[in-house]
Amino acid sequence: MRGRIAARVGLVLLVLFAAFPFYWAVVASFTPEATLFREPSLWPRELILDHYRALFTERDFWTPIKNSLIVALTTTVFCVTIGAFAAYALARIEFSGKRAVLAFILAVTMFPQISIVSPLYMLLRSLHLINTYPGLVLPYMTFAMPLAVWLLVGFFRQLPRDLEEAAMVDGASRWQSFVRVILPLTGPGLATTAILTFIYCWNEFLFALSFTLGPERYTVPVAIALFRGQYQVPWGQILAATVIATAPVAVVVLVFQRRIVQGLTAGAVKG
Amino acid sequence: MKNRASGVSRPASHAPRPDNSEARAGWLLTAPALATILFIALFPLGWTVWESLHEHDLRMPWLGRPFVGLGNYLTIMRDERFWQSLGHTALFSAISVAVELTLGLALALAMNRAFRGRGVVRAAVLVPWAIPTVVAALLWRFIFDSQAGIANVVLSNLGLLHQPLVWFVRASTAWIPVILADVWKTTPFVALLLLAGLQSIDQELYEAASTDGASAWWQLTRITIPLLKPAILVALIFRTLDAFRVFDLIYVMTGGGPGTSTEPVALYTFNALLQNLEFGYGAALSVIIFIVTFGLAMLYMRGLGVDLGDSRAGKGR
Repeated sequence: MRGRIAARVGLVLLVLFAAFPFYWAVVASFTPEATLFREPSLWPRELILDHYRALFTERDFWTPIKNSLIVALTTTVFCVTIGAFAAYALARIEFSGKRAVLAFILAVTMFPQISIVSPLYMLLRSLHLINTYPGLVLPYMTFAMPLAVWLLVGFFRQLPRDLEEAAMVDGASRWQSFVRVILPLTGPGLATTAILTFIYCWNEFLFALSFTLGPERYTVPVAIALFRGQYQVPWGQILAATVIATAPVAVVVLVFQRRIVQGLTAGAVKG
Repeated sequence: MKNRASGVSRPASHAPRPDNSEARAGWLLTAPALATILFIALFPLGWTVWESLHEHDLRMPWLGRPFVGLGNYLTIMRDERFWQSLGHTALFSAISVAVELTLGLALALAMNRAFRGRGVVRAAVLVPWAIPTVVAALLWRFIFDSQAGIANVVLSNLGLLHQPLVWFVRASTAWIPVILADVWKTTPFVALLLLAGLQSIDQELYEAASTDGASAWWQLTRITIPLLKPAILVALIFRTLDAFRVFDLIYVMTGGGPGTSTEPVALYTFNALLQNLEFGYGAALSVIIFIVTFGLAMLYMRGLGVDLGDSRAGKGR
């Protein structure tokens, strides 16, 4: 009984610890700049919308949002589509060299991004892709593709083998059994993979920082990190931006939390 | 962790004999993904290794790109800033990973008990994991920024601080918000990994232990932790890999400063490459980071015997 109460108190404290920075950012994003650091109070005293207004009028924050959406969605669609074929083969077809491929893909998920920044920069420069959308989608695939394949292999393996065998006995080709039988059943797995891939792309910083040159191509994380005021850090606007960058992710997480947890732990724990 | 087993080379138990058309289909389906990865990850890596053997300074193009063998590596060995950045990375990794594992285990144990509002807790801890690291860094920087920031106010009111601190002017105090932000952001991930491990432990073990009058502590140290060891190891290696590559968090919170006193290796490498445009030297630094990371990754794959066969599919799932 005592253990249960301790666990509860601990959890309440933890939830508070997890939530406080968000709460504090939301409060601050509605507080006038001049009073931000004057006698900070846990409860807002005066709410204004100025920071949000400035964000979209002076800073054109739509542009980084648009850039992030384009890059993250494109990468996700590419990786989940191409990844699904590869994952199906790796999960369901016996062929020599398969284990080496799987080991290689797992190894690439652990690649340090910094190790390939300079060659990617040279490569993109020679292809004239610096400061373009493809110039971000390509590098993003270095981490998104192995991640998607690895997660999808896990999902495909969970399906009972009899299904496609039955379809193939009934005369369906491997391709037909894949498209008609396996893919529809993997819907939830594909969705989970897409969500996780999207989150990783939406959050990426190093490549976006290295391969974009100006605000017209900055993604959300880069735009926020490089916010500068004329005289001081424009905290009100920065925090308004963090609230906007967090809100969609928070909604996705709240709606799909079960799936996300499943995907995360399947990718790592079950190997 | 039910199915952790075997080494990389173990054949799948019930695999049908591969025939030619199957093999062709396998390679055909794998080819696009594999080609993409080879082109954008492996090829650049090879390039980095090759580049690291040259002196290549983009600011001085007239010098060309002479081959210097291991010259860059020898310079790195005598580069004080490199050793310092390695020290910062090690310090950051050791402290943050230790705190995250301890806290993550406690959180997983608490979450493993059935209770109302479990969904709320899971959601609350998942959100910090899901947001951009840049955002997490800014949230915590704001909390610790300025002498009138909320951290100073709260700590002063609690009597823990005699006078407000300017956290980011000294390395010793700047590390505190940095590590706190990392713990805040990544403990949920650790907790979820461990929770998945906990849920695969047979409940009967605890029932039997309770019947025999074993204390909660005995059960924790004799049942839970030993059986959770594989999950703990996975979390440990994943987190160490991440911590060793730390970039976003420190770039945003301290910029490696004051001076270079909180600069991790990844940031030093980034500066060498994209600030100073020393591509040869930066490439050598990149290779060193890669080797260390890869060593850790191999440790993970070997030590845990990641199951690469599809033995699970055959076990009646």
